[in-house]
Amino acid sequence: MDGSIKTTEIMKSGAEALLRALKDQGVDVIFGYPGGAVLPIYDAIFQQNAIRHILVRHEQAAVHAAEGYARSTGKVGVVLVTSGPGATNAVTGLVDALMDSIPIVCLTGQVPTHLIGNDAFQEADTTGITRQATKHNYLVKRSEDLSRVVHEAFHVAKTGRPGPVLIDLPKDILINPAPYAEPNNLPHRSYRPRTTPDARKVAEAVALMKRAERPIVYSGGGVINAGPEAAKLLMEFVRLTGFPCTSTLMGLGAYPASDPQFLGMLGMHGTYEANMVMHGCDVMLNMGARFDDRVTGRLNAFSPGSKKIHVDIDPSSLNKSVMVDVGIVGDATETLRALIAAWNADTQTQDREALAKWWQQIDVWRSKNSLRFTQNRDPGSIIKPQYAIERLYKATRGQAKDTYVTTEVGQHQMWAAQHFKFDKPNRWMTSGGLGTMGYGLPAAMGVQVAHPDALVIDIAGEASILMNIQEMGTLAQYRLPVKIFILNNQYMGMVRQWQELLHGNRYSESYSEALPDFVKLAESFHAVGLRAEKIEDLDKVIAEMLAVDRPVIADICVDQKENVFPMIPSGAAHNEMLLGPEHKANAGGYNGGSVTDEGLVLV
Amino acid sequence: MVEQNLAFRSATISVLVENESGVLARVIGLFSGRGYNIDSLTVAPVERDRSKSRITIVTSGTEMVIEQIKAQLGRLVPVYRVQDLSKEGPHLARELALIKVVGIGDARQEALRLADAFRARVIDASTESFIFELTGATDKLDAFLDLMRPLGLAEVSRTGVAAIARGKATIE
Repeated sequence: MDGSIKTTEIMKSGAEALLRALKDQGVDVIFGYPGGAVLPIYDAIFQQNAIRHILVRHEQAAVHAAEGYARSTGKVGVVLVTSGPGATNAVTGLVDALMDSIPIVCLTGQVPTHLIGNDAFQEADTTGITRQATKHNYLVKRSEDLSRVVHEAFHVAKTGRPGPVLIDLPKDILINPAPYAEPNNLPHRSYRPRTTPDARKVAEAVALMKRAERPIVYSGGGVINAGPEAAKLLMEFVRLTGFPCTSTLMGLGAYPASDPQFLGMLGMHGTYEANMVMHGCDVMLNMGARFDDRVTGRLNAFSPGSKKIHVDIDPSSLNKSVMVDVGIVGDATETLRALIAAWNADTQTQDREALAKWWQQIDVWRSKNSLRFTQNRDPGSIIKPQYAIERLYKATRGQAKDTYVTTEVGQHQMWAAQHFKFDKPNRWMTSGGLGTMGYGLPAAMGVQVAHPDALVIDIAGEASILMNIQEMGTLAQYRLPVKIFILNNQYMGMVRQWQELLHGNRYSESYSEALPDFVKLAESFHAVGLRAEKIEDLDKVIAEMLAVDRPVIADICVDQKENVFPMIPSGAAHNEMLLGPEHKANAGGYNGGSVTDEGLVLV
Repeated sequence: MVEQNLAFRSATISVLVENESGVLARVIGLFSGRGYNIDSLTVAPVERDRSKSRITIVTSGTEMVIEQIKAQLGRLVPVYRVQDLSKEGPHLARELALIKVVGIGDARQEALRLADAFRARVIDASTESFIFELTGATDKLDAFLDLMRPLGLAEVSRTGVAAIARGKATIE
């Protein structure tokens, strides 16, 4: 992708060259919002049929929709917004995509080149503002650079560790004629991500794993990003070795949740068995996860006795927070393939006896049933949020349609991660790294656009959903039958939970005062509104929600006092996990007494 | 558990980058955003066609932090190569300083004698001042400035460190 590519033709305008480049990159849909600086692009969109434009109601939602599209298809999501406020509104989405490694190309309008730096109307220093919010960004100052930059942006967004790439497009560049060059496969001048693992390191890793007595595979979003083949290979590897497997929030679905070798999610709200295994293992294989602080808990107490192998496509992920014994830079698909080959080639025999003992221990931990909750089944009983998710999951199992779930951020997100089981990759879209409230509805929109026949559910909280509620308009306009399943406890639940556990029950500003009537709200946006107030309403509402071929808001009124357990409090180690009130062993209960002063400053 | 080496060390890192607008901001933003130290930073185009620039950064941190800095730099799209000169064999590091010393009488004489001992060149003189040009390793410049302080040191302009590996091997 250097300057030596042959110019094939001169396009009438930069905007036309841009659309041609998008088409050649295989783009079929753009999520966007018009404005002065991008009018030439909208004019070009009007005059073609190859690319569909989805008009969102807020630029942040355009990026989240593109994220949902990208995460559910493995393709690059494309966003188009105008200069100034259009670009600044998109920033939250860009950082979200950066943190979760989602491939996005974001096109922003800019004032004409001769006005840049003049504080012109709707001017913002977009490349300056988004430098730390993107994997890379460009300002196109010369028409002859335009098509090369677009092709390069797609290459950078989807290769290596994926991420958002922004292209700032001054209006004169969009209006003036521009030469068009087709994509080529020449390597980039300086950007050459490594995907093939070092064979020596792979052999070292296999030698460690063959001798393991208490192993664990800890898989993450990298396996999802590497594509469905990586998920298949992960399954093959876990089966081959007989190892237990746990997953991060971002990795759910890469390994089937229904498989007996799967221990559930790990980390702050992970299962007891997953966290105890992480704490007690002697060999850990981290496959495409990044030792996030939600996973590790207190770093100096994290898995103290283990040899650690870390596979990541991003060299800067290795030894960033946790020092590892074997660091492998590589793509998950290629590395898993190499690990399987090396495992089969290695002559050492595995200590199957030790492994069987390890599984016995795991079964003891498992028998705690740490996700347990108590639902009173008497008519008139209040609905437990976990029960609502469980019933929703059961109901979707009976559907012929492929099911995709997105979430907002908070308690409902954790309950969804715990109680909704994913057996396939790319079916679970959530804001993991940045924790962006308001992510779920637009993301679900993007998923539904990509999979028009699928069942797409946004599991939401009543506070988060209001952060991008305007997108109900988009659902109506494009007849996207997204189901919004609100666990309504009238609190910013996770904030309330932390205030209960850490701040002496002082519920400062976390009560959702003056909520809208979500049923009427749905109706005003041409959607169906449903409500379940008592346990006997729940299954009926879920069935009706799934039966309707229109957007639905299901307002599920749940227990206001319910907390997410298990929980590793801030600054605690995996084996210091708090279990729910149902667990007698946890006699003192969850009084927050075990949270240290050091832990209190952590988020 | 892998033991961490918590001792601080200084590192001189050379970064070969595409000479494009914003590249220095990317590097500096990386350091400020992630809380790394910059003790010195220099940048200038080094190719005949000005297509590439070389950035020399002097930083300090634990071994883990310095390795992280190198990995983060390597991740930037316009970066061709990151070289840790302090680690990859012997290297040379030099900076240049322009030093204004104001004074008369004995102090002025002493400043001139010391400048001569340090092989600093006089590049400007008035009846009440000298400007010295001094090239050398950072500690040599520091030592000279310490000596000038009581003799009327008035103003300093330093370039920051430029560095290169000894021998025939190159950064590319």
